[in-house]
Amino acid sequence: MTNDIEPIKDPGLPAHVHRKADSDPIAAARAERQVAILFGLSAVGTLLLIYSYIFVKNDKFIFIPIIGETGAQQLGIGMGMAIALFCIGAGAIHWAKTLMPDEEVIAQRHEFRSDDEDRAEFVKTVKAGASAAGLGRRPLIKRSLGLALGLSGLTPLLLLRDLGPLPKDNLQKTSWKAGMRLVTDPGDRPIRPEDLEVGAVAQTLPQLAPGEERTLNNIGKDAVLLIRLRPEEFNLTAERLSWTHEGIIAFSKICSHMGCAVALYEQQTKHLLCPCHQSTFDVTRAAKVIFGPAARPLPQLNITVDAEGFLVARTPFTEPIGPSFWERSS
Amino acid sequence: MTARERIAGNVAGYVDDRTGAAKWMKKNLTKVFPDHWSFLLGEICLYSFVILLLSGTFLTFWFDPSQREVIYDGGYLPLSGVKMSAAYASTLHISFEVRGGLLMRQIHHWAALIFMVGIVVHLLRVYFTGAFRKPREFNWIIGVGLLTLGIVEGFLGYSLPDDLLSGTGIRIAEAIIQAVPLVGSYIAFFAFGGTFPGEAFIPRIYTVHVLLLPGIFLALITVHLMLVWYQKHTQFPGPGRTEKNVVGYPLMPVYMAKAGGFFFIVFGVTAFLGAVASINPIWLYGPYTPGQISAGSQPDWYMGWLDGLVRMSPPLETHAFGHTISWNILLPGLILPGIMFTGLALYPFIESWATGDKREHHLLDRPRNVPNRTAIGAMALTFTLVSLLNGGNDIIAQQFNLTINQMMWFSRIGVLVLPPIAFIVTKRLCLSLQRADRDLVLHGRETGRLVRMPNGEFTEIHEPISAEKAWLLTSHEQIAPLELPELDSAGVRNPGVLKNKLRNRISRAAAVAVPKATETDRLELEDHH
Repeated sequence: MTNDIEPIKDPGLPAHVHRKADSDPIAAARAERQVAILFGLSAVGTLLLIYSYIFVKNDKFIFIPIIGETGAQQLGIGMGMAIALFCIGAGAIHWAKTLMPDEEVIAQRHEFRSDDEDRAEFVKTVKAGASAAGLGRRPLIKRSLGLALGLSGLTPLLLLRDLGPLPKDNLQKTSWKAGMRLVTDPGDRPIRPEDLEVGAVAQTLPQLAPGEERTLNNIGKDAVLLIRLRPEEFNLTAERLSWTHEGIIAFSKICSHMGCAVALYEQQTKHLLCPCHQSTFDVTRAAKVIFGPAARPLPQLNITVDAEGFLVARTPFTEPIGPSFWERSS
Repeated sequence: MTARERIAGNVAGYVDDRTGAAKWMKKNLTKVFPDHWSFLLGEICLYSFVILLLSGTFLTFWFDPSQREVIYDGGYLPLSGVKMSAAYASTLHISFEVRGGLLMRQIHHWAALIFMVGIVVHLLRVYFTGAFRKPREFNWIIGVGLLTLGIVEGFLGYSLPDDLLSGTGIRIAEAIIQAVPLVGSYIAFFAFGGTFPGEAFIPRIYTVHVLLLPGIFLALITVHLMLVWYQKHTQFPGPGRTEKNVVGYPLMPVYMAKAGGFFFIVFGVTAFLGAVASINPIWLYGPYTPGQISAGSQPDWYMGWLDGLVRMSPPLETHAFGHTISWNILLPGLILPGIMFTGLALYPFIESWATGDKREHHLLDRPRNVPNRTAIGAMALTFTLVSLLNGGNDIIAQQFNLTINQMMWFSRIGVLVLPPIAFIVTKRLCLSLQRADRDLVLHGRETGRLVRMPNGEFTEIHEPISAEKAWLLTSHEQIAPLELPELDSAGVRNPGVLKNKLRNRISRAAAVAVPKATETDRLELEDHH
């Protein structure tokens, strides 16, 4: 035995195994019939689609097991379309698999790399072209062209400037002002402390001046959640405690993480949870983050009551609400 | 010559006189394509893209991409009299009043999901079989580009109806933009035309969704397919298949019928899903308002892993010099995905650098024969799957009676610990499979027939495997590790040499293998028997 390792040999392409339809005319005729039946079924599917489109009423519902109540028209059009398309495909593939030749063919690959000669020619052509243009010999043209191209690249950037205004202090401020009443959302009714029982939650917005319209932009910044606890349940600094009123505490409803509405309140644990990324805030401790990706508590709104006994903001928010941004200072 | 042949001949002649197409067509109509079920995955992407174009065009005829406020008075009574955007109202109109409109919406959405599944599974096939190697690196990069754009396009698409769920998604996207240091607030204000949500965003992303990105898709897909055509498809190893040939069926007629038929099958299945499987029932969510949200808010699956990363992120922010950097958004939302997509795009170059293999490859690898690559793939996949799982942590916690805290901590730890475990286990598995292949070639197939020998010993009869199978199991090449000099000629270690050392290490790890069976081994065994 020599030291040469002899690999196992390639036996070559296996011999072709003929299908039944290749030799048996009866099998071939059967395959042909099967293909025709599939194409025929497709035609039936399109008829179902046409029938459903024209004759089935839009408001007719039928019960289908598993799916439940479903619109008959949409189901008819959809199933008709599905049958029509699927059967064309199934027929074509069955045709290819049973009746078209299935002997494998060998084709040769060729290397992609060009001949050395061609490569050299190419380099020569490029060099000749470049020297004909004289870019290397005329630095003035080269530099001024570079300048022109570079500057013209600024045009699209400049033209996009009017996409929007500059942020200025827009992200820092909300519509809340000292003395503004908190009104229910929806309903726009001012709220008295006694409207909220202990354990209750209310979504509120600042009261609009007559004739003023509320936009989604306002709601996205102004939404405030009122929660009423027993005053002794709070665990707040004296300052923050003074921001509450008779156990009612107000927080921005816009998550300090990514701006979703912090809408889930768990009455038992007194936790507020954001359904987007599960940041959890403890209401008794000024919405301190106790779980999840949020890095800051929800901003608290300083509230009191006005002369008529309605809840009002004593001051605006003392910090920007919502997600962080570069210019945010704390 | 029949009349029909004469007419066809005249038409062909007319075209060829002006284009000379006959020569090109003659050669390409009989072009050979290798056959394997996994080569259909890319086709699924192509066909669902066509379905997206068709169904999407239909939807544009009724969809009103505007955030102008309207009062709904259409056919869906529960929302009668509710204030909403024209975009949402027109989506309701498509769903309830346009015949076949809901079907088309659902086909469009299902096709988008299938498109993305198709891309990801196609990518996995290409990765694990090594189809990205020279000369196909360009196509790999185009593919990674299509995946990235697909995620963006899908997100923009389901953001258009302006329902409560999609608006929440846009809110999160705005927060990611806003978190970019230095220019974030400016970009956000330019994108939204001012404060979130404004009235400009949906008309703008509509243009991007129906014109800009589809145009780029069309261009990239065209180049992707032209390269496949020109470079010829890769093939799996097997008897008679070499690096120099392509074994398969000719385009005309077999592939025309099969591929054409497959388009109709994909379309048919998508239509079936659109007909029976409700998806994105926006009328249940209600119109978007920033003050509301529904529990269990979930993005589409291809965004889920990003959302999962954001959810598991630790609550980190830096406040310094009057500025804020939100690591809890930047890290999972921009930095990690950036690293992952860049690594994905560069993988072919990294592998060829590490193994020193600069040759062309047209025969695919069996994943077990390249344990390192397979293990890296399993590692990346595990990372993504844990993230995806965490993207549904609220739903999973609810369904399986867990707390969200348990889910979150499982993900936070799992996303770091499980990928390395996946690497080690996969590499072991690959080597074991190689060993099994070697045994199969040398000792044959276990038949399950036990025979009692004259001396009382029981033994199982092994049958030799076919020559074709033996070739399949041994035809791969086992590369030797790089042996780059670690000391230069003067016997000194310099920085370039340190790089060699690193490459040697990686290539040694990549070259770990069970020696494949050879004819010599077989003969030796026979001598022993």
